[in-house]
Amino acid sequence: MTRGRATVLAALGLTVFLAIWELMPALGVVPAQILPPPSALPRAFEREFSSGIWFASVLLSLRNYLAGLVIGCALGVGLGVATGMSVSFEAALSWVVRVLRPIPGLAWVPFAILWFGIDPAAAIFIIGVGVFWISYFAALGAVRAVDRDLIELADAFGFRRADQKLVKVILPAAAPGILAGLRTAVGQAWMAVVASEIFGVPGLGQRMMQASNLLASDIVVIYMATMAACYGIIDTGFVALQSRLLRWKR
Amino acid sequence: MIKLDRVGLSFPGDGAPTEVLKDFSLTVPAGRFVAIVGPSGVGKSTLLRVVAGLLSPNEGTVTINADRQDNPLPVVMVFQDARLLPWRKIEGNVGFGLEHGQVSAAARRERIHAALELVGLEGYGHRYPHELSGGQRQRVALARALAVDPDILLMDEPFAGLDAITRESLQDELSRIHAATGKTVLFVTHSIDEAVYLADEVVAIAGKPGRLAAAIPVAAPRPRTRGAPESAGIAAQLREQLAEPPAA
Ligand SMILES: Nc1ncnc2c1ncn2[C@@H]1O[C@H](COP(=O)(O)OP(=O)(O)O)[C@@H](O)[C@H]1O
Ligand SMILES: [Mg+2]
Repeated sequence: MTRGRATVLAALGLTVFLAIWELMPALGVVPAQILPPPSALPRAFEREFSSGIWFASVLLSLRNYLAGLVIGCALGVGLGVATGMSVSFEAALSWVVRVLRPIPGLAWVPFAILWFGIDPAAAIFIIGVGVFWISYFAALGAVRAVDRDLIELADAFGFRRADQKLVKVILPAAAPGILAGLRTAVGQAWMAVVASEIFGVPGLGQRMMQASNLLASDIVVIYMATMAACYGIIDTGFVALQSRLLRWKR
Repeated sequence: MIKLDRVGLSFPGDGAPTEVLKDFSLTVPAGRFVAIVGPSGVGKSTLLRVVAGLLSPNEGTVTINADRQDNPLPVVMVFQDARLLPWRKIEGNVGFGLEHGQVSAAARRERIHAALELVGLEGYGHRYPHELSGGQRQRVALARALAVDPDILLMDEPFAGLDAITRESLQDELSRIHAATGKTVLFVTHSIDEAVYLADEVVAIAGKPGRLAAAIPVAAPRPRTRGAPESAGIAAQLREQLAEPPAA
């Protein structure tokens, strides 16, 4: 299929989707209060935007998102690489990992509130926990999969210390796997944003909950679309960075 | 100089450990080109790893005497697979052994350039390994070792995967480099003709565990011609040694 044809089909699919969505409340299949038609959305957005709430919420959430993502991924990749490089470290952590890993991110909410209060730090913690495991296992797997021959090459050329091997061979060789994991984390962190703000930390998740309690379903849709857009922009940027870093791959 | 004294090495396996080398002694004086031949699985690669310090023998001693004390990498290995780092351009691969802080960036560039020229790959520095053919990648691996300017060059069937023409031109290149630099070379090959063409001395390993079966000097003058009658005689002698099981 040519690129042009694919684009046309994609646009057609989206149009049909929007048309069905528009028709459902118009034909009285569902009340407009439960499903606001797309045509109602620009006005809702304008209201939300001109009051300044939209921008403030996005900014707050974006800060929580980035802080949680960076901290969680840094710890996850760091610990994953260390575990991947040291068999005894891995053995020492194996049961701890088994105990902690199955706990879903939301289950940490009570502790997040206890430790940080109703504070952005609590939201950052929840987001961070979620991406931690993704990046931890991605880094662990990628480091374990590094070609032993390349590590032997480092040895043969005098890079015998672990830190030398890490910089010269292990990190670059593991980069594709680590970056693939980070990309998953970039998406997953947005899911955590809403969850982390449900209990009152200001941001777009909290705004969504407020709107939903007021049955302002059009505002809810505005924030759903906002998140989709944020995710789209950040993911596109990440993919660009990723292919720049991995331009050596054929 | 390389001196192996009654080296024994075994790999731990499930059950009894596999003995790969036993009571193996060999002395390679500085500047000498020694070829090692033997059937596959006999322990040739293991022997090179022991000399390179990548494996420690269970028994015996390995002594390496570097000619110059200031060289941070007196022994360097060329593996059978080119083993290039795919994320580095060719120049980065060739300069790999020069990153011990001993060479300035300018000197490094110069040595990379000189090494690439030596293997006939000037102008390829900005490519990635996957943009080169197998033979070219093997040349890069040779350039990477030569750029380090080691006293001792260990080569593990470095030309085995190459076509005959590339192979012969790299053999001549290596001969020329050896004559010009006087490096000590330990060269593993399964080609008896290659061994006889290149080496001052051919060592045959045979048996399980691997033992030194024969050490035959090749006195033919250099530069050598392929298929010279005296080489044919030595090659025949080696074939005989390798065909017979070694005296227990
Ligand atoms: N890391 C290893 N662990 C266990 N056995 C090994 C290892 N490396 C080599 N061997 C065994 O040692 C023997 C000699 O191997 P090698 O030195 O590669 O032989 P060659 O290079 O002469 O073909 C083989 O039987 C091989 O299976
Ligand atoms: Mg071998």
